[in-house]
Amino acid sequence: MATRETPFVMPGNSSCAGCGAVLIARLVTEAIGPNQIMVIPACCMGAVATSFPKATFNVPVLRTAFASTASFLTGLEASAKAKGQDVTLVGFAGDGATVDIGLAALSGAIERGHSFVYVCYDNEGYMNTGFQRSGSTPRGAQTSTTPGGVLSRYKTEVRKDIAKIVAAHGIPYLATASPAYPADLRRKVERAVAVKGPAFLHIMSPCPLGWGFPSAQSVQLARTAVESGLWKLYELDHGVLRLSLAPKKRKAVREFFAPQSRFAHLTNDVYEGLQAEVDGEWATIEKEGFSLRCETARA
Amino acid sequence: MTSGRNMTATSAVAYAARLAQVDVVAAYPITPQTRIIEAISKFVADGEMKAQFVQVESEHSALAATIAASSNGVRAFTATSSQGLLYMHEMMHWAASARVPIVMANVNRAVAPPWNIYGDHQDAISQRDTGWLQLFAETNQHALDMTLQAFRVAEDPRVQLPVMVNLDGFTLSHTYEQVVVPEADVVGRFLPPRPPVDWLDVGHPRTINGVVSPEHYIQFRALQKDAARRALAVIAEVGDEFAKQFGRDSGGLLSLEQVEDAEVIFVVLGSAASTIRSMVRAWRALGRRVGVVSVRSYRPFPDVELAEAVAGARAVVVWDRAYSFGCGGPLAAEVRSALYGRNVAPVVLGAVGGFGGAPIGPAELEKALEWADAAMLGRPVPLETWFGVKAYRDGRVPDGN
Repeated sequence: MATRETPFVMPGNSSCAGCGAVLIARLVTEAIGPNQIMVIPACCMGAVATSFPKATFNVPVLRTAFASTASFLTGLEASAKAKGQDVTLVGFAGDGATVDIGLAALSGAIERGHSFVYVCYDNEGYMNTGFQRSGSTPRGAQTSTTPGGVLSRYKTEVRKDIAKIVAAHGIPYLATASPAYPADLRRKVERAVAVKGPAFLHIMSPCPLGWGFPSAQSVQLARTAVESGLWKLYELDHGVLRLSLAPKKRKAVREFFAPQSRFAHLTNDVYEGLQAEVDGEWATIEKEGFSLRCETARA
Repeated sequence: MTSGRNMTATSAVAYAARLAQVDVVAAYPITPQTRIIEAISKFVADGEMKAQFVQVESEHSALAATIAASSNGVRAFTATSSQGLLYMHEMMHWAASARVPIVMANVNRAVAPPWNIYGDHQDAISQRDTGWLQLFAETNQHALDMTLQAFRVAEDPRVQLPVMVNLDGFTLSHTYEQVVVPEADVVGRFLPPRPPVDWLDVGHPRTINGVVSPEHYIQFRALQKDAARRALAVIAEVGDEFAKQFGRDSGGLLSLEQVEDAEVIFVVLGSAASTIRSMVRAWRALGRRVGVVSVRSYRPFPDVELAEAVAGARAVVVWDRAYSFGCGGPLAAEVRSALYGRNVAPVVLGAVGGFGGAPIGPAELEKALEWADAAMLGRPVPLETWFGVKAYRDGRVPDGN
């Protein structure tokens, strides 16, 4: 059994060097403590952390199918109620399992008000199957199914904003987070556990292989996303919206995009346009305050 | 004769879930299953049943939630029909391979398109190879009794597999019959609480349903195969025990009527067996030697027992209410396979019909008996006939008619 002193994520999983998701998994499980059951669907974490005969997590893990994270949480919550069992139920799912194939189940589970903590670690695509586009892939990104060619130009559509979709359910607690801000992330996980009813955490998860950047720079890139004003850290707690951090002096958005090979084709014109969009958003935030009308993580 | 209450098979199933003291019911409404979950939600609302009832947003989620609940050690139940069962398909495999002892009522209904809400078996048969055990009810009383027996079979340590109880849409689901509802304490002795499981014990963490290599994968499948085969003995045993305790024969692998000296034997799943039984009695009165086998356990398939039961006949008419397109009636194929290798075996005729609520009535059955008679006389006859199909618009007659 894991304790706060012994590892919740044990050595020996097969994740890639610099994997943002494994770092997030460590921060999340440690913040929750030993009294938790994790549900993991088909996603990177399912692939790298549950390979028989090894087990990565030092807490019970129930693997499920791609679309079923939230429906497994539903069933577990019902069974825990029936047994009088007090345990934190954690869904740990990638963006494909959350914003695409698992969205109906997630929506239903939130609407019904079951108590769980749903963590979407968002690496912005189907990474363990070889970097295909997802509904959370940002506009402009090259993926293996938006390869760009004579007739097409990479991903042309704006990503879904899953946090706003979840917020529209009137969920008790919702937060965005980043592995580059572990204290902020930990505080949000602890709040999510304490809240009665569903809680949702949307966490940016840099992917060195899929995004195309050196594996030593994962945390730095996640930090740049926040410091450039692209990835906004905020929480929505029982209807009260709070920005967790407003970067004093924002970095150029180019510093986030330029190190990633998936954006290698972006030109100066595009960068200027993106910078103007982000500057405009923050000007509005400074003038009118932060609201969910603001876009997050554009490209 | 014990007096019963007048109720539909769907109400009978709801009473069974209550008597089984299920802990979690997760379901999604679909005609003709709805009465089951309406009745259960009312039992729960009235405090007559302690279960957690969750109406989820899809059948995929209904089965997923049921699997998760069962993985956490409680007794879990769900119910569906037709399109809903098909929508569960991914989780059907999951439930069986994860070895969770769920019980599900499937109210048999045709599959779209074209849209049709009435009974046939295409929904259940299309899930044949998911690893679920499948029982077929002939009457409303069976629907109740088989649901109770299903939990015993599913949770037996020798089995640990999910069980589907099939009941024919409308013929049973919307038809009132006398049903004896047993007393809770008697049911409690027959079906004690589910033995505890510790798969998700936080004090002893395990990772369940993970990734395995090819050499390990087949080990899991082999264990599953053995369990499904062992279920034959368990179903028979549980059926005998139920009969002893409740005084009703409503389980087991097969129900045989007048097969010992029969020249012609009908083999069928579900409520059509009742119709055939009454025809058999009428034919017997006319001196015809006809019998019927009602297949109560479709999976596991009692191939040896079935072959023994029909081997002495000259012709066997297998009635399929489902079809494997480009091949034939699934049950007929399995009966032929069960008879393979015998020196003397009856001719097996594949009768196909009763789709989308079409009747399997006296007219169809008389025609089928004439066909069997022709086969016995050695006349050239088709091995398959579709019943109730009219000529096409261009005047052509369907193949096999």
